[in-house]
Amino acid sequence: MTQKLIVVGAGMATGRMLEALFDASADYGVTLFNAEPRGNYNRIMLSPVLSGEKTYDEIVTHDTDWYAANGVTCRFGERIAAIDRAAKTVTAENGDVIAYDKLVFGTGSNPFMIPLPGHDLSGVIAYRDLEDTQRMMDLGPDSKCVVIGGGLLGLEAAAGMAARGVDVTVVHIMGHLMERQLDEAAGYLLRKALVDKGITVKCSANSKEILGADGHVRALLLDDGTELPCNLLVMAVGIRPNVKLAQECGLAVGKGIHVDDQMVTSDANVLAVGECVEHDGAIFGLVAPLYEQAKVAAQTLLGEDAQFVQKELSTKLKVTGCDLFSAGDFADGEGREDIVFRDPARGVYRRLVIEGNVIKGAVMYGDTANSNWFFGLIRDKTDVSDMRDTLIFGPAYQGGTPLDPLAAVAALPRDAEICGCNGICKGQIEDAIAGGATDLSAVRATTKASGSCGTCTGLVEQVLAVSLGDDFVVPAAAAVCGCTDMTHEDVRRMIKSQKLTSMPAVWQECGWKTSCGCHVCRPALNFYLLADWPLEYQDDPQSRFINERKHANIQKDGTFSVVPRMWGGITTPNELRAIADAADKYMVPTVKVTGGQRIDLLGVKSEDLPDIWADLNAAGMVSGHAYSKGLRTVKTCVGTDHCRFGTQDSTGLGIKLEKELWGSWTPHKLKLAVSGCPRNCAEATCKDIGVICVDSGYQVSIGGAAGMDVKETELLVQVPTEEGAVEVIKAVTQLYRENAKYLDRIYKWMGKVGLDWIKERIVDDLQSRGELVARFELSQSIYRKDPWAEHAQTKADRYQPLANLSLEAAE
Amino acid sequence: MTDWIDIAPLDDVPKRGARMVKTALGCVAVFRTADDEVFALDNACPHKAGPLAEGIVHGKSVTCPLHNWVISLETGQAQGADEGQVNTYPARIENGRILLDRTFLRARAVA
Repeated sequence: MTQKLIVVGAGMATGRMLEALFDASADYGVTLFNAEPRGNYNRIMLSPVLSGEKTYDEIVTHDTDWYAANGVTCRFGERIAAIDRAAKTVTAENGDVIAYDKLVFGTGSNPFMIPLPGHDLSGVIAYRDLEDTQRMMDLGPDSKCVVIGGGLLGLEAAAGMAARGVDVTVVHIMGHLMERQLDEAAGYLLRKALVDKGITVKCSANSKEILGADGHVRALLLDDGTELPCNLLVMAVGIRPNVKLAQECGLAVGKGIHVDDQMVTSDANVLAVGECVEHDGAIFGLVAPLYEQAKVAAQTLLGEDAQFVQKELSTKLKVTGCDLFSAGDFADGEGREDIVFRDPARGVYRRLVIEGNVIKGAVMYGDTANSNWFFGLIRDKTDVSDMRDTLIFGPAYQGGTPLDPLAAVAALPRDAEICGCNGICKGQIEDAIAGGATDLSAVRATTKASGSCGTCTGLVEQVLAVSLGDDFVVPAAAAVCGCTDMTHEDVRRMIKSQKLTSMPAVWQECGWKTSCGCHVCRPALNFYLLADWPLEYQDDPQSRFINERKHANIQKDGTFSVVPRMWGGITTPNELRAIADAADKYMVPTVKVTGGQRIDLLGVKSEDLPDIWADLNAAGMVSGHAYSKGLRTVKTCVGTDHCRFGTQDSTGLGIKLEKELWGSWTPHKLKLAVSGCPRNCAEATCKDIGVICVDSGYQVSIGGAAGMDVKETELLVQVPTEEGAVEVIKAVTQLYRENAKYLDRIYKWMGKVGLDWIKERIVDDLQSRGELVARFELSQSIYRKDPWAEHAQTKADRYQPLANLSLEAAE
Repeated sequence: MTDWIDIAPLDDVPKRGARMVKTALGCVAVFRTADDEVFALDNACPHKAGPLAEGIVHGKSVTCPLHNWVISLETGQAQGADEGQVNTYPARIENGRILLDRTFLRARAVA
């Protein structure tokens, strides 16, 4: 006897299930309800429809003839009013009551709409069905659209509209695009490709409000005050299983409709498939498991034994020109290792996550031709130990050659500036080489490249090697760390000339061999990026040593020391009282006077830091940055204020300098001193920068040291005025910030570039001096502020334990 | 049988960062990697008991802030030429929250 089957929802899963049933000639009379006024179509192909690469007709999976041939009663555009599971009947919207033997839910999912103010304005849509797609297709080429959500769906919507000439901005709350499928490095490449398509991408952006005019969307307002005008706003931030009907008829429901391995719900006569189900805690949004569920549901309906098993999933983005692939699991689990391959020339990034001898996950960007091969290895848990060394190159390269360390330089365009001092581009060097300059000195003689400060020598040699092949051997130079073959100087040059403004950009374009750097390279890169791109780059505390992250010096027992700033070494009774009070209140075990003329409170607990800072702030004191690779102190003598030998106001100049320079980050620590006369009581001639006051002005000298090395400063210039001294010091500080290797003090840097090179830029060329001062000021507009006040006010909770389980019983 | 204790939202620990959890028997460091994995280890380097929670997290390792020993977050083993190991404890993420296994308290009580 023919059984009665009612299917609620004509989606991709139920469509596939019906196919399987009819293929097996199952004896079911089917009634198919669908809320959308149409039958089954391939929903995941809406993106090609949007971009114009396909038409709707091409993505219909089942047409009227198919339904008729299989005897399906179609009730499209009709919703279900109620289900009576005891009576086994369904009541349609128009009041029809229909009996069933088996009922299948395929109610799919609902797009999640963030309840921002204004989300109900007209022109605010999701990206879910043909109607939404049509709204986007109806936008004229001069329109603007904002897409909230930088996941798979949001980006496909954005790319589709951009292909139609719409001005699209993607707003994404996380730090990089598609963060669930991609790591930062692949996210960086994807963003670059989308920007090339004319799409504006804003990451780490919080939406605050949707602004309207006359009931229609007008703009999106971000919480930083930015307004993004738009005619249409698409929210693509995720889906929620549609469980309303299942819930109303009393089925067991969690995140989705609960099903067992046979796709049967809590009612033996009711099944569910697709995005509406929850199986073993998981919900589903990709098509592969939905088809698998459909197959299992059909077998269950046929009375066959079948089980749905969750499998590894892979993701591909359907955007022309963005080749990306992600599969398996590159998070969670123990004992895993990375294999990373980057080809800066082709914009290729590949990362495999290996556990034991099996690939667990893969992320690829730029060249996904072998993705199925890798996916096969993941799915089949193939033992890869025999091909491990060349695995990352793909199936064709088993036994092939390893990565070329010159790839990054080979990839540079001809107009990439190699020598910053003389403005020499790669093309000019190549021309010189072609003209017969086949070694470094010849290139230097013909082009001047690397002839000034010399820090680009490594890159010039690499251009020689790329051009001449085996005829030129690059002298070995110390790489930054094991993550790269490049030297610090090479990397700094790349950051400047290729305008690399983020860490993932550096990793990719310089061919980093690890996925996210290490404790050696990350602090250096963080400094280079913030020094060269103060506005574009955002400081990354997680790439800083603990002292700079917590703004205090860690001690051997894990406590910290706290040193408030005493401008020019001058303090007041009130400040001293506040320091004494703080020492008492926080039970500071040691109070010490430092060599930089201030007071060190040693042995403060991490949890107490924000409180002690707040107390010191209240007395008008700020961080002394005693922990930073940045300006430490400006030591002074009393000068003309009190001293009978003083020639100038050395204390006043010291305070001025400290107020101008504090908060600035430098390659290593920066200590200054100002002495009021050549007797030099402030010991200015062994500082990084020292000033000796004389009757006729101020002698500024640089490159002193009084640590492992002891060195006397060398005179940079004598200037007649205090303003002149401040300007020269700002300029030399900026020159040092822009050019030195991370962790080189000024004397080491000076040893490499030479004092004359520094003088040329600061003493001889006043325009260059002015520009350096301007760039220093620009950076200081961001960084000249008290981190203690900021942390005490907004980040105090980060200094507390995450949880306190001391009272939690062990048993 | 595992008995998971809800510790805190994942977002309370920065990516490539750590926070510590106090217990009656000393502190445990909870790490979060760039790929959103969490690991729990004793907050004391095998070298000179440096607070690992204050170190720089890279890949699945942390570098001790005192003398740059690199410790594997997965095994607790010191990497490279250094020798030593710290205890590790089960940790996982569920619904955006960090969970630790209660047995770790018991293991610490025995240790």
